[in-house]
Amino acid sequence: MKQLRNLLIGGLWVLGLCVALPLAAQSDSTSQVTSHSQPPISAVKATVVEGDTASTQKDREESTSKAKNPVDVKGLIFGHIGDAYEWHITTWGHTKISIPLPVIIYSERTGWHVFLASRLEENGGIYEGLSIAPEGSKYEGKLVEHDEAGSEIRPWDISITKVSFALLFNSALLIIIVLSVAGWYRRHPKGDTAPGGFVGMMEMFIMAIHDDVIKNCVGSNYHKYAPYLLTAFFFILINNLMGIVPFFPGGANVTGNIAITFVLALCTFFAVNLFGTKTYWKDIFWPDVPWWLKVPIPMMPFIELFGIFTKPFALMIRLFANMLAGHMAMLVLTSLVFISVSMGPVVNGTLTITSVAFNIFMNALEVLVAFIQAYVFTLLSAIFIGLAQENNSKKESNLVVNESRNEMNK
Amino acid sequence: MLLTVLLQAAAAAVGISKLGAAVGAGLAVIGAGLGIGRIGGSAMEAIGRQPEAAGEIRTNMILAAALVEGVALLAVIVCLLAFLLN
Repeated sequence: MKQLRNLLIGGLWVLGLCVALPLAAQSDSTSQVTSHSQPPISAVKATVVEGDTASTQKDREESTSKAKNPVDVKGLIFGHIGDAYEWHITTWGHTKISIPLPVIIYSERTGWHVFLASRLEENGGIYEGLSIAPEGSKYEGKLVEHDEAGSEIRPWDISITKVSFALLFNSALLIIIVLSVAGWYRRHPKGDTAPGGFVGMMEMFIMAIHDDVIKNCVGSNYHKYAPYLLTAFFFILINNLMGIVPFFPGGANVTGNIAITFVLALCTFFAVNLFGTKTYWKDIFWPDVPWWLKVPIPMMPFIELFGIFTKPFALMIRLFANMLAGHMAMLVLTSLVFISVSMGPVVNGTLTITSVAFNIFMNALEVLVAFIQAYVFTLLSAIFIGLAQENNSKKESNLVVNESRNEMNK
Repeated sequence: MLLTVLLQAAAAAVGISKLGAAVGAGLAVIGAGLGIGRIGGSAMEAIGRQPEAAGEIRTNMILAAALVEGVALLAVIVCLLAFLLN
């Protein structure tokens, strides 16, 4: 009974918000028809708690009812997925609420420029000679300056953009989480109490990765690589999960950015190849294959050399594509509601219901994919590192074991 | 017949790259679906034969599925590039 009452109260709150916020933020009389059809139907679905779509519906509704053009789906999606010099939170009525981020640029012609991105808007899109390149240019969306001939030059840009800020924030969050968990273990050194709650959950994750993945796959000297692999796993996991959270400070597409996955794959590349044993390098340049694959034209060595680069490349593409595809799918499903506004209330209503249902499913799937992608990255990195750490002695001992087994079976 | 239709569409400059991108994405999904379906099927059989190894089998199944899906998503990225860059 109490649960039912609480559920009802919660449902009424969400319903109320769904109706009140769109009505309050609208001031355009020409859009009354569409605005009246929107709240009742979205209110029906409000009991399926999707408070985040309510607030984004509200601000996107503004852009559709204000502009009589069709919804700019492409701009919406790429705005969410891509990078920007400010963190756009919402558009309430006519005002755009966004957090301006610092722009730090070094130009070889005009020196250092450090300012907040809000200056660009205040001065009509250009400040200190820098402006954002328009659509169709090679540097679309990025800050460029113009030389005497009028062509665009891209200076050294180390600004804290939305993705950089999210990266730093998520890393700080990860450091806080891991250090607080470690602090628990320092305070209870005897080990006669088991941790509960959050520390217990973190222990479950860490020990699962450490025992099942790292110990098994890396082999005997897993101690050296456990810090890197655990860091990679938790970094990817927390960035993936924060990308699914729809409000600030989550919602930035960090791991769906190919530069970031490139650096992660580069770290794995270094971890595998800088510490590879002699056996590993011998197996690449002179593998144990028939002589005609090696001698006149070194086919196998070329293939193995190519393989050194394709394995981290596949790691990079896998993580990038999975995260990007997931975000795009969720954004497209959400914008289905707004695309169908012009098709009348019936179509819009049914599409809203299907869109919300699919969105719930996609959100759940994205949480699963976040974990799976972090796990697969770590697992494959551990396997590659383990393969590079093989020594001759291990191979010979395997031979000995096999020979003795053959003798026993005779 | 199909080829003449395609030729006419290309002549009219109707954006044949977009058609190619869409068809490519569909084919990639077919490949991924078949591959991961086979992996799942053999994992089910293996678990049926030896239920106590279910945990290890599940781990290896997820690993193989992620590798296959990685390749399919590479195809999706290529299709996206073909769709957007012209």
